[in-house]
Order: sequence, then C-alpha cells, then structure tokens
Amino acid sequence: MTEAILRMRGITKTFPAVKALQDVNLEVRRGEIHAICGENGAGKSTLMKVLSGVYPHGDYSGGIEFEGEPCRFSGIRDSEQRGIVIIHQELALSPYLSIAENIYLGNERRGRLGLIDWNRTNADAAKLLERVGLHENPVTPAMDLGVGKQQLVEIAKALSKRVKLLILDEPTAALNDADSAHLLDLLRGLRDEGITCVIISHKLNEIRAIADSTTILRDGRTIETLDMAGEVSEDRIISGMVGRDLDNRFPDRVPDIGAEVLRIEDWTVHSPTQHGRVVVDRAALTLRRGEVVGLAGLMGAGRTELAMSVFGRSYGTGITGRIYKDGKEISVRTVTDAIRHGLAYATEDRKTYGLNLIEDVKRNVSAAGLRGLAKAGWVDDNREYEVAEWFRKEMNIKAPSVLSVTGQLSGGNQQKVVLSKWIFTDADVLILDEPTRGIDVGAKYEIYSIINRMADQGRAVLVISSELPELIGLCDRLYAMAGGRITGEVSRADATPERLMQHMTQTEESTA
Amino acid sequence: MSSVAPADQAVSPPPPEKPAPGRALPVNLRQSGIYIAFALIVALFAVLTSGQLLSPQNISNIIVQNSYILILSIGMILIIIGGHIDLSVGSVVAVTGAIAAVLMVEHHVPWPLAVLLTILAGAAIGAWQGYWIAYFEIPAFIVTLAGMLVFRALTLTVLGNQGIGPFPDDVRTIANGFLSGYLGNIGLGPLGGADLFTLLVALALVGGYVGFGWRNRQGRIGYGQKVEPLTVFALKYALGVVVVMFMAVQLARFKNMPWVLVLLGVLVLGSTLVMNRAVFGRHVYALGGNPLAAKLSGIKVKSVSFWLFVNMGVLSAIAGIVFAGRLNQAGPTAGNMFELDAIAAAFIGGAAVQGGVGKVVGAITGGLIMGVINNGMSLLGAPSERVMLIKGLVLLAAVAFDIWAKRRTGTAR
Repeated sequence: MTEAILRMRGITKTFPAVKALQDVNLEVRRGEIHAICGENGAGKSTLMKVLSGVYPHGDYSGGIEFEGEPCRFSGIRDSEQRGIVIIHQELALSPYLSIAENIYLGNERRGRLGLIDWNRTNADAAKLLERVGLHENPVTPAMDLGVGKQQLVEIAKALSKRVKLLILDEPTAALNDADSAHLLDLLRGLRDEGITCVIISHKLNEIRAIADSTTILRDGRTIETLDMAGEVSEDRIISGMVGRDLDNRFPDRVPDIGAEVLRIEDWTVHSPTQHGRVVVDRAALTLRRGEVVGLAGLMGAGRTELAMSVFGRSYGTGITGRIYKDGKEISVRTVTDAIRHGLAYATEDRKTYGLNLIEDVKRNVSAAGLRGLAKAGWVDDNREYEVAEWFRKEMNIKAPSVLSVTGQLSGGNQQKVVLSKWIFTDADVLILDEPTRGIDVGAKYEIYSIINRMADQGRAVLVISSELPELIGLCDRLYAMAGGRITGEVSRADATPERLMQHMTQTEESTA
Repeated sequence: MSSVAPADQAVSPPPPEKPAPGRALPVNLRQSGIYIAFALIVALFAVLTSGQLLSPQNISNIIVQNSYILILSIGMILIIIGGHIDLSVGSVVAVTGAIAAVLMVEHHVPWPLAVLLTILAGAAIGAWQGYWIAYFEIPAFIVTLAGMLVFRALTLTVLGNQGIGPFPDDVRTIANGFLSGYLGNIGLGPLGGADLFTLLVALALVGGYVGFGWRNRQGRIGYGQKVEPLTVFALKYALGVVVVMFMAVQLARFKNMPWVLVLLGVLVLGSTLVMNRAVFGRHVYALGGNPLAAKLSGIKVKSVSFWLFVNMGVLSAIAGIVFAGRLNQAGPTAGNMFELDAIAAAFIGGAAVQGGVGKVVGAITGGLIMGVINNGMSLLGAPSERVMLIKGLVLLAAVAFDIWAKRRTGTAR
C-alpha cells in the first residue's frame, strides 16, 4: 500500500512572464486520498493540468512517472488511456443529454454497424450509477439533476473509463453539507476499491476528514507534504498555505447595534418555473443598523430566492408580503426601486450575475450608481475615475489600475469590485450572497474586514453562506432557513454548528 | 491564471509584485489596428490607381456613395454593442423611402414635413420591433428576420410594384448635392481654386478636435490620472489634423462640402458623445457586456433595448430618404442587402460578436474600408464578383484578427 503510483519531479511551468510552477514535487501513494491545498494562484490547478496532459509534454519541464513508467502525454486522451481522469470544478455535462449519454460521451457503447447500442448504454450506466450511489434513471436529462448529483454523474463517467487515478478539482465547492458528506463517503469507498484520488480543496475540515496525506503549495512551489494519520490541525494547514501562523481567521469587532432598518413580514414567493411550488413560505426577518446578520440553510432552502425576491422582485412570481424600511412600509417592485430605497444585493455567482467581465474596474464600480455621477444624463468621466480610484485604495483591490479589465482579476479582487459597486450606491442594507465563495483564505479575511467596516458605518449586512463556521465567526445574529421557511433565530452567543444544523434540517422530515 | 497577487497584508506579508502576464501585442494595437488597416488599404489603392483614388472628385464620390451605409452602420454598431442584431434595415430603408416618395410625389406634402413624417414612421417601425425584442423577449435575430420580410412586403404594397419619383430638388440636394460656396473661392497656389467655406469649417473642426483633446488631457492630469506622453499625444492629433485637412482641401478643390457629409458628421459626433458620456450609452455597453449583471445593477435593460431599436428605425428612415433622393426614385428593390453591409461595417470596425464592445468611429471606419475597396476595385476595372470575394475575406480576416488578439491578451472568455 505504500508504493508510489505517481511521482512528479521538478515540475516547472512558465507562462509568459509568470512562473506558475517552480520545481514542484508530488508523490502519491497507491490507494490513498491525497489532498492538495494552497491559496488561489498557488498553482494547484496548473499542476493538475500538467498531470492530465492539458499542458502537453514539452510545455513544462520536469518528469512524470505513473505506475513506474515515465509519461509524455500530448493531450487528455493520452492520460485517460493510462487511467488518469480529471473532474474539473466547472462540471461539463451536456444539459439536454441523458445521464447515460453523458457518461459514455466520446466513448459510446457501439453495437452492429457502429451504431449506438442503447440497451447496453443504459444498462451499463445503471450499474455505474449504483456504484456511485445515485438513484436516478439513466435516461433522465442531466439538467434535471442538482449540482451534487451532477458531480456523481461525473464520477460515474470517470469510472466508465477504468480510472486508476481520479483527480477532483474543488468537488464540494458548490455542494451543500449533505451532498458533500455523501461525496466524501463515496471517495472513501473508491479508495477501498483501490482507486487513488487526488483532491484539490479549500475546505480544510474536509481535508482533515478524508485525506491520508496533504501536499501544500504556495506561490508555485511545494511547501510540504503532511501525513494526515497523525493529528494535523486546520491551523497547521493554514499556516503552511499562507506562510505564517493565522491566529485569527475572523477580524475582531465590537458591534454597535442601532435601530431597526429593514423588516420583512409574511414574505411568500412562488417558483417561476414550477407552477404552484412555494419557494419562500411566510418568511419574516429584521435587520438593524450596525448589525451583521447571517442566513444559514442547506441548498434549496430558499435563501437566495428570498434575497433576490426582496431585491426588486429579481426572482419568483406570485410574491406577497410586506417590506418596512426604517419603520415605513415600502414598495419594491423593480431593482431600481430597491436601489432607491438603499437596498443592495451582491450575488452568489459574480461572474454570471455580478460583473461585466469584459469591462474595466472603473465602469463596474460605477454600474449601479451611475446616476450619482451624472448631470442631466451626462456622466462626469473624471469624477468616475476618482471614485473608482478611491475604492481601489480603500478596498485594496489588487489591479494595476482602475482601467484594468475585471475579468483578469482574481476571485477575491472581483468580489471587492462587486462590494465597491454596492457601497457606491450608498445602500444601508447590504445582502451578500456567499461573499467568500471561491476565494482563498487571505482574501476571505479582507472580505470579512470590509463587512465589519460596513457594519461599523451604520449599515445593516445580511450574509448568506453555506459555511457555518464563517457565519458563526462573522455574524451577530443568525437565521436558519429550511424548506422556504425561517426555522430558527440564534444569537451569536448561542450559535453552534450543531444547533444551526438542527434548525436547517427541521422541516426535512415533515415535508420530504 | 491571473497574475494578481491574492495574499493580503493583514494575514501575510505583502508578496513581491509579480509582473503582468506577457502581452505579445500591446492593447493599443487591438484598438488602433482597424485604423492602421484602413490607412494601408487606402495607400494600396492609391498606388494601384496611381493617385486616382485620392483625387478631389473621387473622395467626394466615396463619401456620397457610401453615406447611407455609414448612417445605417451608426445604428447597427449601437445595436451590436447592446448584444442584438438587426437584419431588417435594408427593408426599412426601402419602406421609408417609399413612404417619403408617396408623401412628396403623390400627395405633394411639403418636403420638410414629409421628411419629418418619414422619420416618425421609421421610429414607429423601430418601436414595433423593439417591443417584440425588449418586452416580449423574442431574439432580435428572429424579430428582424420577420421584419425583413414584412417591411419589404409593405414597400411593394406602398409602391404598387413600381418606382416612384422624381423627388423635389431640395431632397435631391441633401442626398447628392453640395453646400453652395458661401464665401467664394480662394486660390491655393498650384492646387488651384478651393471653396473657402469648406476650408474654414474644416479648420474650425480641427481646432475643436485638438482643443477638446487637450482639455480632456488636462482634466485627467488634474485628477491625477495617467495620460499618454506628450509626444504620443501630439503625434496622434497631428496625424488626425493632417488627414482631415487633406480631405477638406480635396473636397474644397472639387466642389464644396457634400450635404450628406454634414449630416454624417452631426450623427457621428452626436452618437459618439452619447456612447462615451451619456448614462444611456453606458447602459448599452453594460447591457451587451453582461445583461444579467446589468439587470441586477438596476439598469432598465428592456427600455435600453427598446430605444436602441427606435434609434435604428430613425437612422434607417434617414438613410432611406438619402438613398431615394440620390436615385431620385423610391424603388421596390431599394436597400437590398444593406443590412449585410451595415453589419459587416460594424464587425470590421471592431465590434465584438458577443456584444459589449465597439465604437461608432470604428463602424464608420469599417464602412469606409468597404467603400474604398468597392471604389478602388471598380477604378481598376475589377469585376463585381471579385469585389464581393475580397469584401467577404476582409470581414472574415477582421473578426479573426479580433479573436486572435483577444486570445493573445488573455481576455477571451
């Protein structure tokens, strides 16, 4: 069991003017789960692309040895033939094709005349689905599955290729806790069947739970490989990733909580796609000035739907209920209304809903508050530049200038652009949906500091997050949602992950 | 992979500044590539035609012959920046030309009123298409494909399958004629006589152009922004001044300034200003760049789309009047394939296929590139199929270059 299945030696990969990897070594033992962690930009994904042949042999220097033989892959097909399969962070299923068709895409089960043998395709797919614990009909279109189940289909697809080394890039980033737990169980099962796994993850608790060893990368170099059999703490891993001890993952704040600023009552929202389905059910919550409030819930609990429907009815149909701002009932029928009443909503998916990636930082910062920079419909260019420049300094946006294209910034800096945009609208109620998703540890701390600063300025902040430790570390008060209803309210002092999880799963039995 | 250092001072010591990813191609070249290409094409044909291309009369011809396509390409680039497309402009040109003809020729409506009514009809057509696209959310490709058929059919109905003309002299002058020499001629030595008024207008324009650029630059410096070095600034503006003055002198030597050039100038200046400085223009870029993010930023995306098509309808009506006036007749086949020329102009001029990128001046340059190719090749006596072939390849090359440049700079999505 201790023989090495994979040895990567002295891997160096250079992009024009940037050394992405420098003399990186990685040794993975047969039949283990090997975690790779590091901050964004540390070189994890690049290393995996070198391994899987996305960057062909000759594009990098150093050697790869798989099962004792040197490898010179010229593309993904080569590495897959040797049994190395990579599952990317962005799932690549074709939405209109069935599960079975997706599994055998590019590797079709053929019968006579080279035509596709549908019976064999579906029967084989069903066996694979059983192996990964997915109870779905193989002819179901992939788009009808949630992210968690799509992930399982990807793994089934990998199994169909007789995988020996399975690489997963951030497999649980988009999964809720239950789906994550199922996935980790599955990986353990695969390990027992003799399949070696390499898993890239930001979630340190998962790494601790599942990995046999962990390799830490920083700035394109290997820092160390930890044997996880001993007791390795999360802080130990973090210190390896950031290069120093991290005494506090959440910045300190003394809350100064003022008057109620927003109250939502009896808020009900119906699904726009499934007729008659209630997505948010008579929800009520209040936010006060200077307060950071958390909204916890499993995937499908209705958190995003609640937030977006409040934000100018950006989601849902058949919306009923009342919104009070500073004690007075207000009508918020459009996003423009919402902005005028001082509401802001920073989306969980900043690339799709939050930013104009082909435009520069300046124009993204001004996008929502442009009227404030205009006289009679004409924008004051120089003022706009000044404002954007101010935010670049204030928010520590790491971009060469405010004229840099937003799409070229890292995730954390893009998020700071989104936050700048909303702060510039002078909103006093900020709803932040998964504000630290896909952001590395260092930048997370910065985002937390910004959230605290906004609260200290007298704004109310509602944070939606799937990471319970984050919510507990950050928020003064927490709501839990389940099945579209607010199922609990907990103060910071009483908040424990167990207690929140209890509320978050409350209606599961009664409605399921 | 981004080169922006992710670590934070609050957590870890600041990392050394990494250099930006290498750019084999300066960003500038992507933006100015089109102008360089235009200059090269003009130079090529000037040599091939032994200077005939740049003769006073020919420059005037190129402008007048392409004026309606250039007017259409202004509206088209805005629509493409907004992430839409309009296939119906050729038919709208035909139907608005027909409406103008019926009003002026058959009903003897005074021409200013007839022009106004025709422009209103164009706006109504734009509003009709804009409604289905913006509020009913049918893709513009489908709506305007339908419009292409519908408005061609209406043209035939209005005209009763025959051409209507001739137009009043005033309309023909706007489409085809020249300003009268208000101040008489002035001798330019070996170049002969030239229209003084045209030269004065050109000087005023050039003065305004340089003055505006200088004020802008000073303003930026005042706000502590980075500006290009003075030499680059001077070179750029000197080049612009030389080109404009050369054209003005040639035009002044021929007759005077063509009326359509005045019209075009006003439209280009106005739309450039709107796209760069007005809230509406910014909203168009935001809409094309990411419609979902634009909506969640409080931009009224439906209203923006709607007005884009109203604007296109108005410009189509203006082009329709100019085209009919130039031919002195509104015909059933007027405007055939104009939409393709206008779309090609926009894409040659640097519009991005997925929207969000483009400039009015770029589209005008794109239209002029096609106009110069047309004109230059016909001066050389090339058959029309070869002209078509070259235009097709130029369009493909322009978009291929744009996509290649994006990959090189790593901004492709």
